[in-house]
Amino acid sequence: MNLRDFLIPPTFGIAPPGLVLPPPELKAKLEEKEKSREGVSTGMAHLVKPGEVDLSHGVILYLDDISVSFDGFKALNSLSLAIDAGELRCIIGPNGAGKTTMMDVITGKTRPDSGSAFFGQTMNLRRMSEAEIAHAGIGRKFQKPTIFENHTVFENLELAMKTDKRVRRALLAELDDATRDRITETLRLIRLDAEADRPAGLLSHGQKQWLEIGMLLMQEPKLLLLDEPVAGMTDEETERTAELFKSLVGKHSLVVVEHDMAFIKLLGGKVTVLHEGSVIAEGGLETVQNDPRVIEVYLGR
Amino acid sequence: MRTPFIVRLYRALGPKGALALAVFALLTLVLVPVLHLAVPPDNPLHVSTYVITLAGKIMCYAIVAVAMDLIWGYAGILSLGHGVFFALGGYAFGMYLMRQIGRDGSYQSDLPDFMVFLDWKELPWYWTGSDSFLWVVILVLTVPALLAFLFGFFAFRSRIKGVYFSIITQAMTFAAMLFFFRNETGFGGNNGFTDFKRILGYSITSPEMRVTLFALSALMLMLTLALGRYLVTSRFGRVLASIRDAESRVMFLGYNPLWYKLAIWTLSALLCAVAGALYVPQVGIINPGEMSPANSIEIAIWVAVGGRATLIGAVIGAVIVNLAKSFFTVAFPEYWLFFLGFLFIAVTLWLPDGVVGLWRRLRREKK
Amino acid sequence: MKTRILLLLFGLFALLAAPAQAALDAKLVAQLSAEDSDEKIAAIWALADSEDASEATRVLQSLADGSLKDPKGEDITINNRIRGELAAALASLRLFDADRAARLAAVKELQASADAKLFGVLVKALAQESDAEIKRLLSLVHAQVSLQSEDAKQRLVAVQALAAGNSPHTKSLLLGLLAKNGSAWAEPDAEVRRAATAALKQVESRLGTAENIGRVFSGLSLGSILLLAALGLAITYGVMGVINMAHGEFLMIGAYATFAVQGLFRSYAPGLLDAYVLAAIPVAFLVTALVGMALERLVIRHLYGRPLETLLATWGISLMLIQAARTLFGAQNVEVANPSWMSGGVELFGTMLPWNRIAIVAFSVGVLALMWAVLNLTRLGLFVRAVTQNRPMAGCVGVPTGRVDTLAFGIGAGIAGLGGVALSQIGNVGPDMGQGYIVDSFMVVVLGGVGQLAGAVWAALGLGVVTKFLEGWTGAVIAKIVVLVFIIVFIQKRPQGLFALKGRVVD
Repeated sequence: MNLRDFLIPPTFGIAPPGLVLPPPELKAKLEEKEKSREGVSTGMAHLVKPGEVDLSHGVILYLDDISVSFDGFKALNSLSLAIDAGELRCIIGPNGAGKTTMMDVITGKTRPDSGSAFFGQTMNLRRMSEAEIAHAGIGRKFQKPTIFENHTVFENLELAMKTDKRVRRALLAELDDATRDRITETLRLIRLDAEADRPAGLLSHGQKQWLEIGMLLMQEPKLLLLDEPVAGMTDEETERTAELFKSLVGKHSLVVVEHDMAFIKLLGGKVTVLHEGSVIAEGGLETVQNDPRVIEVYLGR
Repeated sequence: MRTPFIVRLYRALGPKGALALAVFALLTLVLVPVLHLAVPPDNPLHVSTYVITLAGKIMCYAIVAVAMDLIWGYAGILSLGHGVFFALGGYAFGMYLMRQIGRDGSYQSDLPDFMVFLDWKELPWYWTGSDSFLWVVILVLTVPALLAFLFGFFAFRSRIKGVYFSIITQAMTFAAMLFFFRNETGFGGNNGFTDFKRILGYSITSPEMRVTLFALSALMLMLTLALGRYLVTSRFGRVLASIRDAESRVMFLGYNPLWYKLAIWTLSALLCAVAGALYVPQVGIINPGEMSPANSIEIAIWVAVGGRATLIGAVIGAVIVNLAKSFFTVAFPEYWLFFLGFLFIAVTLWLPDGVVGLWRRLRREKK
Repeated sequence: MKTRILLLLFGLFALLAAPAQAALDAKLVAQLSAEDSDEKIAAIWALADSEDASEATRVLQSLADGSLKDPKGEDITINNRIRGELAAALASLRLFDADRAARLAAVKELQASADAKLFGVLVKALAQESDAEIKRLLSLVHAQVSLQSEDAKQRLVAVQALAAGNSPHTKSLLLGLLAKNGSAWAEPDAEVRRAATAALKQVESRLGTAENIGRVFSGLSLGSILLLAALGLAITYGVMGVINMAHGEFLMIGAYATFAVQGLFRSYAPGLLDAYVLAAIPVAFLVTALVGMALERLVIRHLYGRPLETLLATWGISLMLIQAARTLFGAQNVEVANPSWMSGGVELFGTMLPWNRIAIVAFSVGVLALMWAVLNLTRLGLFVRAVTQNRPMAGCVGVPTGRVDTLAFGIGAGIAGLGGVALSQIGNVGPDMGQGYIVDSFMVVVLGGVGQLAGAVWAALGLGVVTKFLEGWTGAVIAKIVVLVFIIVFIQKRPQGLFALKGRVVD
């Protein structure tokens, strides 16, 4: 056991979130946004409510030149990536390619050493806390299913539900019929309606995975980050998961990290290959699979 | 549209809980006072002053135990500093009690005896207004809570958790105790406050006053239990338990654990302070020994003995351990520490769910 | 025996006024038995100033011992005033001793009781002295004496000479000159006063330096104790992730083991008493290590993965250990004496560094080196480091994690026991002695970062020195509070300690 286990995240206080300059091409647009935030709508610009993700350029996530290093080991090496709104993107790469670190950076768990990360056009992820990022609309599913084992399945979903999550509200919160219906609907979607009142700790591994996906859906995020969502699932469950994800495309943007090539094939989105902390290939699954660099990374050495 | 709070409180308690509270209220607010005041001392039904004081004292401990259970049992934060909040509440109210002595002290001065002894000519600034009952009540409700808030804010903000947090709270306790041991601090040094005479002009040793304090402690205990039950069944309570079980998941759901922890931590400290303020006039003394780290850690064992995350278990634990303490320290003072130490080990090793857990298990096996 | 014969002989000589005493003025010797104290004193000083120093020493010494008889063969009575003068006179005589150490001691003694009568002796001694250190001190005493001179010029020279001094005594002398007696200055001459002010400044700055060196040193020795206490805690916390609240009691056990060994030596080998500390080191280590290993096997092992419960259980253990110590050894502190070679100290820049503290610093350096070697050069150390970093993985590759836990706990406890040996040499040994150390040593672990030997060392020494400096300025209680507050603030900024590694956390 390690002291750090008591103190997450380890990088707290090491990289103070200073002033981060957005990428040059964003800068002009950002200034425009500043104006519109003040309520002055000029020309083609539009009003963006604070706290709402601005998708005016069709891009939901920008990572630009992100680097993270742990004791000299470069987990991310000037990684740049853009996810379009409503897109389903698969990320693959060998172990240690930086997939999980990338998710940590996006969700605010790890602070990058350099580079910029923007959610939509306006939200600087480097300056936001985990809770703020989650509240802004980025949901994350962990590699290992993390659910609240002592709560019932229903309560798990209730806790995840998109709502005012401040203490004051939680003290007096009551379930109304509309939310109850929503939860029931989600329960049906993830096929756990029969287990609603069981403690979540008693579910099977696959069911836990689904519960976590269900919790993610209750959050109504704009962007879903899914770390190996089908690990431990049967083939049938995997197929249903793929269907579920595909049905979300358009309304949500999805980033799926997966090793299971069959699953990626089922999803059929654009594929990004990470290696040693940077992107080495991007495109359809076929293209990527035939890319000599990718082949070398996976087979060579 | 919204359900009235009182209805929700009742729902949280459940019919059984509400009934139990009602019985307890009847017992402590009506029966015991009558048996103490109206029944003559030679009657076997008379409740003696000793019993009233002991029970009142233990109820104050029980409030502290419930406060501890809220923070430890439900939020998973083991505080080794609750004795400080308890003692601070006691000291705040003790200031008022010292002022009520008036010129009846051994030096017949307007100043408390210990200040005359230190040759102080006037009250320090922080004693201003301490002769007002209302102001002192405000102090009891704000000062310990404020300290807890500040301490908690910095600790939780840097995500200090687990044993780490526990030790830091112990360090705080240690520092506070040293601070109050100083004569210059202005709270009576190692003698603390004692020799109280009056509250609101009424003698503190009169049977009516004893019964009033006893009943107030009982009332506060019931209030604490009801409030606690409501909190742990609310969404707030579920978020707390989730933070205990998987904090990072809670964060990625968009909750900020800082404010949740801070809320329950501050509330817990506040409850302790009120208990301390009720405790001091009943036992008649407050000194820095009350802040010793050992006292704070003992609170944890009350909760563990009764059973964590059950609320009622905390009360049961506080009663069991303190009755045992009253017995041992009179009968076998040599062995009290052995017993207490053994209790710590035994409960953690063999009775992780405490008495309540044991009882539940036995009942389940019967079925 | 020899001295007694000598004295006997001397008594005879005194009675018969034998020719051997011719070097001394017989009248003066006789005057020693005068009724009047002033006469006696005059005789003492006159004798001290006589040619035959060794003979004068003998006479005066016997007067001091009470073995000198007056011509009627009766004891010569001396009062306290005379005794003081006699001591000074004897010291002035020792200024001419052949032994350097004796001369040094004599000049130091005179510093405290210098007065005008010494003037002649001092001038003579200064002229003869060849040792630089003694010469410096002599000239200080000389200056001190000349301050009483009537001549302002001489006083001025004296004040200027005093500027080289570094003792609090010199400082108070100079302060005395600058004091006002009603409206009149203690020192009438303005020139001398000005020189005194300048000299005072010099002395004060030298005194300040000495004080700071003293603080740094006592900080280092406190830090060494903290280090010994914290090293064990750092190992057990690093390896098992549990806080052992009974760790302070391991210090206590170590100290009581030292006490017991001392008792055994007293009873069975009083001749070797000075070596008892050396024997106590392995005993204390073994006893505490065994207690620690037993605890690990019986209690801590069964609470794996429940750190908070472990904390409570170990607290229970500590309560029982305290009560056990009370029952076995009594609630009072027991007395552990320094061996004779540890008493006294060396003087450095005007500060006394006691040997026992020096020994502790050296001892902890030794323990640290040993621990470093165990952790880095042995197989057990490799296992310990592996388990610290990743327990499941270490288990997978065949590290016997269970046995490593027990051994690591034993080593941690044993080192605390060694800390107890050290502590017994400078502090009280009592049942509650360990209680105060658990928070402090955990603070060292917090500050240094877990699993970081270097971090623990810097944190312990830093904490020790800072505490001592703060104590000098604010008093012990406030210093303690300030340090605790500082640490709480510190982990705001660096929750992982001074020397922690960054890394990806799996949770």
